Amino acid sequence: MASLMKWLGEPASETQITHGGRLWLYLLAGLVMAFLLAPTIIVIPMSFSDSQYLEFPPRVWSLRWYDHYLGSPEWMQATFTSLKAGIFTMLVATPVGVMAAYGLFVSRMRIASLIFLILVMPIMVPVILVAIGVFYVYVQVSLVNSLLGLVLAHSILAIPLVVVVVSSALKSYDMNQEMAARSLGASRFRAFMVITLPQIRFSVITAALLSFLTSFDEVIVAMFVSGGENSTLTRNMFNALRDQIDPTIASISTIMIIVSTSLLVLAQVFGKSGDEP
Amino acid sequence: MSETTLTGGALPITIRDATKSYGAVFALDNVDLDVRSGEFMTLLGPSGSGKTTLLMVLAGFTRPDYGSVKFGEREIVRTPPHKRDVGMVFQNYALFPHMSVAANVAFPLKLRGVSKQEMVERTEQALETVQLAGYGERRIDQLSGGQRQRVALARAIVFEPRILLMDEPLSALDKKLREQMQIELRRLHDKLGMTTVYVTHDQREALTMSDRIAVINHGRVMQLGTPEEIYERPANRFVADFIGESTFLPVTVQQGVARFGDQSLKVAQMPEAGEDLLLMLRPERLQLITNDSEAADGEANRFEARVREMVYQGDSFLMYTVLENGTEISLRGMTRRDTVSTLPAIGDVIQLALHRDDTVLISAEEP
Repeated sequence: MASLMKWLGEPASETQITHGGRLWLYLLAGLVMAFLLAPTIIVIPMSFSDSQYLEFPPRVWSLRWYDHYLGSPEWMQATFTSLKAGIFTMLVATPVGVMAAYGLFVSRMRIASLIFLILVMPIMVPVILVAIGVFYVYVQVSLVNSLLGLVLAHSILAIPLVVVVVSSALKSYDMNQEMAARSLGASRFRAFMVITLPQIRFSVITAALLSFLTSFDEVIVAMFVSGGENSTLTRNMFNALRDQIDPTIASISTIMIIVSTSLLVLAQVFGKSGDEP
Repeated sequence: MSETTLTGGALPITIRDATKSYGAVFALDNVDLDVRSGEFMTLLGPSGSGKTTLLMVLAGFTRPDYGSVKFGEREIVRTPPHKRDVGMVFQNYALFPHMSVAANVAFPLKLRGVSKQEMVERTEQALETVQLAGYGERRIDQLSGGQRQRVALARAIVFEPRILLMDEPLSALDKKLREQMQIELRRLHDKLGMTTVYVTHDQREALTMSDRIAVINHGRVMQLGTPEEIYERPANRFVADFIGESTFLPVTVQQGVARFGDQSLKVAQMPEAGEDLLLMLRPERLQLITNDSEAADGEANRFEARVREMVYQGDSFLMYTVLENGTEISLRGMTRRDTVSTLPAIGDVIQLALHRDDTVLISAEEP
């Protein structure tokens, strides 16, 4: 208690404001974080309930809904589809996005900024519009309910993220290094691979993780263009919620929260360790 | 262990009609330039003059709209940078921060498929040449600016290029280190003997290091010559203005005699053409006449001026004076033990002398 009082009296920053004086700010920040996190966190205890219905707090604890999830072929297939879609989206969006970001960065054409805008457009318009548009096109070319179609549609949403993340990394990168490498005898491609890419690798990894998550967490586009044996986990969860309130959803959500947050933490860690030379 | 030397021999560079325009602006305007084999050539000019564009044309990063560039007998305008075999040192060094010093220097050798053992040896030799022996394992961010400069240099010479290009390599260093590196770079050039093209906007640097200087402005070579030729006999007003400090006085020519106002001038040599001439006055070439014996020298032009301002600069002083017709001219002198105390006071009328050989007339027309 005494150490707490001491801490309250200590300066919090160079401006000599004490932690005590900042207390209201800490409380406000805590409330905002609680507000942001609570809806996500609340599902976790619910997933360990023995009840037939979603309830909070659970009266009896059990793992039966995890059992149910892991034992259900439909859920497993959906999970597998989601993982496949995520990985393929990552494999498509990352190289395409990196190439686009690089091309736009080195281009001296005036049209480059316009192309940048077009590339990031998919994350600026409502996803539902993208979904409807993609669905309409897919009906014409018979890609509805195919994994390929799903991956392409998710790549549309993931490429802007890759472009934005990698572009910002390139902004602090000194392109003279690549010129130096070329003057020393490296082809342009080799100079990029050996000199530039290693220095922006953390941003590229972050972008790759984000593209995986973009696909893995996505539901709206998946509602339109995935189905049958290629239904994604999120799509099936949405349907399950509509039909009956089943705590299996809570257990799946919990697993997805763990997967997503660990990937985001990874992305943060890679981002933090930084591409700065 | 011998140090890095050039085995292939240096190459001359021949530039003909090199032209590069960006919209309506000519970065290079029909440039013809010959760099002799083994020469230290400096491209000197203000920013935006086209000197860096010309260097980039030599390096292969800028393709001229038309014109020809030859290294020796080989036409290289269409050759990509990595096949030109030129060493290049960049303004900000452009070292690879994710590699050690040794890996940076070995990079061009690795690309050329040099064997591991030879790579290690030649890397160490190159580091020795730039006085960084034993620094191989360091990280780039552990080096000072001067050391980075040396690593960049070692990396550019380790594969024994026959042509070395440098783009303002010393501009990021402080003055003292810069002056020291100028001498060092020049010695290195003399030792290795490759053809060197050096870009700078610093006229003193150019005068210090070069065999010849090409003064460049508006994408054209304004004058090509040795440092002495450039400084003593500038071809036009731009060169006279850009190199050194100068004041220009309007001069008229009557019956082959140059006149400033009603005073006829003794000149080193009359320019061939042009009615509109300027007298170039360098502050350090004007002499303050303090007693009559000096004034008797018949080989000097004399000017009467009034002292307006004095600036003490340590090793020298700068005196701002005004001529009778209102023109301001300045005079620089070395400060010795007794000069400062005997200098005239502000407001005094003084006599200035300019020797015939220092009386240089240039055309007033813009080239």
